Amino acid sequence: MGSAAQDTAVHTGRVARTFIYLVLLLFALFYLLPFLVMLINSVKPLSEITSGNMLALPAIWTIEPWLSAWSTAQIGVEPTGLKPYFVNSLLMVVPAVAISTILGALNGYVLTKWRFRGDGILFGLMLFSCFIPFQIVLIPMARTLGILGMAGSTPGLVLVHVVYGLGFTTLFFRNYYAAFPTELVRAAMIDGAGFFKIFWRIMLPVSGPIMVVSIIWQFTNIWNDFLFGASFADLDSMPMTVALNNLVNSSTGVKEYNVHFAGAIIAALPTLVVYVVAGRYFVRGLMAGSVKG
Amino acid sequence: MADVARAADFRTRLQQWIPKLVLSPSLAAILFFVYGFIFFTVYLSFTGSKMLPRYDWIGIENYVRLWGLSHWWTAITNLGIFASLYIIFCTLIGLALAIFLDQKIRGEGMLRPIYLYPMALSFIVTGTAWKWFLDPGIGLEQTMHLWGWESFEFGWIKDRDMAIYTVVIAAVWQTSGFVMAMFLAGLRGIDNELLKAAQIDGASNWNLYRRIVIPLLRPAFLSAFVILAHLAVKSYDLVIALTGGGPGRATELPATFMYSYTFTRNSMGIGASSAVIMLMTIAAIMVPYLYSELRERK
Repeated sequence: MGSAAQDTAVHTGRVARTFIYLVLLLFALFYLLPFLVMLINSVKPLSEITSGNMLALPAIWTIEPWLSAWSTAQIGVEPTGLKPYFVNSLLMVVPAVAISTILGALNGYVLTKWRFRGDGILFGLMLFSCFIPFQIVLIPMARTLGILGMAGSTPGLVLVHVVYGLGFTTLFFRNYYAAFPTELVRAAMIDGAGFFKIFWRIMLPVSGPIMVVSIIWQFTNIWNDFLFGASFADLDSMPMTVALNNLVNSSTGVKEYNVHFAGAIIAALPTLVVYVVAGRYFVRGLMAGSVKG
Repeated sequence: MADVARAADFRTRLQQWIPKLVLSPSLAAILFFVYGFIFFTVYLSFTGSKMLPRYDWIGIENYVRLWGLSHWWTAITNLGIFASLYIIFCTLIGLALAIFLDQKIRGEGMLRPIYLYPMALSFIVTGTAWKWFLDPGIGLEQTMHLWGWESFEFGWIKDRDMAIYTVVIAAVWQTSGFVMAMFLAGLRGIDNELLKAAQIDGASNWNLYRRIVIPLLRPAFLSAFVILAHLAVKSYDLVIALTGGGPGRATELPATFMYSYTFTRNSMGIGASSAVIMLMTIAAIMVPYLYSELRERK
């Protein structure tokens, strides 16, 4: 990558380079603008938004909208703010990410180092499950959660996210472990190490990067999920995205845009922080998610 | 002696079974929650289910009724418009940005994350931002008026004929950076010597890209197409947050259609049949792709 960047065959003239920089900067603006505008307007009083210019900095700075979005805004019928739903999302995301990542690691290990007849077909079945439109499982899932007594509960949502995240986590670990020398595993087997010992002592210590990729991928997907939250959660387990949508789209009376923006940014913050801190791994997950290993 | 041998035998046999035992919970979950559920929904699509599942077989009546509904045709037409524009614009913008970024650009490390960050956001957040940005009374249009451009008009989001294009804008905003990253990875994988050789032969930059680079990016084009097409069919959250399917039904997509027929209009049989059609669309794209990907790797 480095040498290619330093030594490109393509040479561009002065005019062409200016044009390229201009286009690149315009697109940077296009991507940044909606979010920046949201940020600026989340610290303005409502009157400045409705009467003023969305690109202008606030005349009066206020954190009132943020406080309101967090703890007093009307969500549905309750004036609770987004705080309880933020907690709901955390309670759902943490176990779902942990369980699906551990299972994915074990599956990837089995599918690469303990191969058996027909494992390719099993992997294919798991892989396809990543891409199904979830509308096809909504009706039976609603019934099943009801039968299991998990309807409208956080454990129910954890189950849903684990099941439909397994394909991706398995894919990540399978591709990663496939590049790990099988001879080392064989040698350990000959020395008498068992299935779990090899996993624990040999595979896990080298799994750091793919763990991070899997955790970030699952965290982002589950945190941002709306369909499952809207279908299977009730008021006590409603995740952040559903609460945000309720705040923005069903508020009666005056639309408090500044509160909506503050709420949207709060909802986006966890995944944005992860992106800023570990963007490299996020991109790797996206790439692996497009199957090319 | 025999005991030791038997114990050792048991141990080896156990060793053979452990991997399969470890895999089995995940496998059982996938078989039940994915393939079992698909089967169940397919079955429901042939029943007269209304508010609750019923098991009376009525044949293909739901499908006949579905394809007779103008509401469904709106959703399908919208999906056609949305998916093709979404795929075309994401690919064009992604490709252009990747090629430009590949020209030894100063600040590439700054620009790349800026292009890609929308991918980390929820579609609900994206929808909230764009809904307001495009709102003529308060967003872009209003700002242009305040800046003195009185005749500026951009009311697509309130216009039945144009609203679907606002969904395209927001979706392209969210995903085109990701497509850029896919193409950039492809570009960085191309052997530079090949390009130099072509240049010595006198190829212009334009021809270099048109004749050599872009054909070499074929795998990236294929991946981008498959990923974008499947995302387009699954699009749900963005429409809900941006337009709520409106104005009227102007921005309904199959995903929103399925949801409303199943859960608010008590026509579960029709909802199930629309879900089956969505699945078949995605399977038609994904199955050949995954099949060839898995075979290549062997």
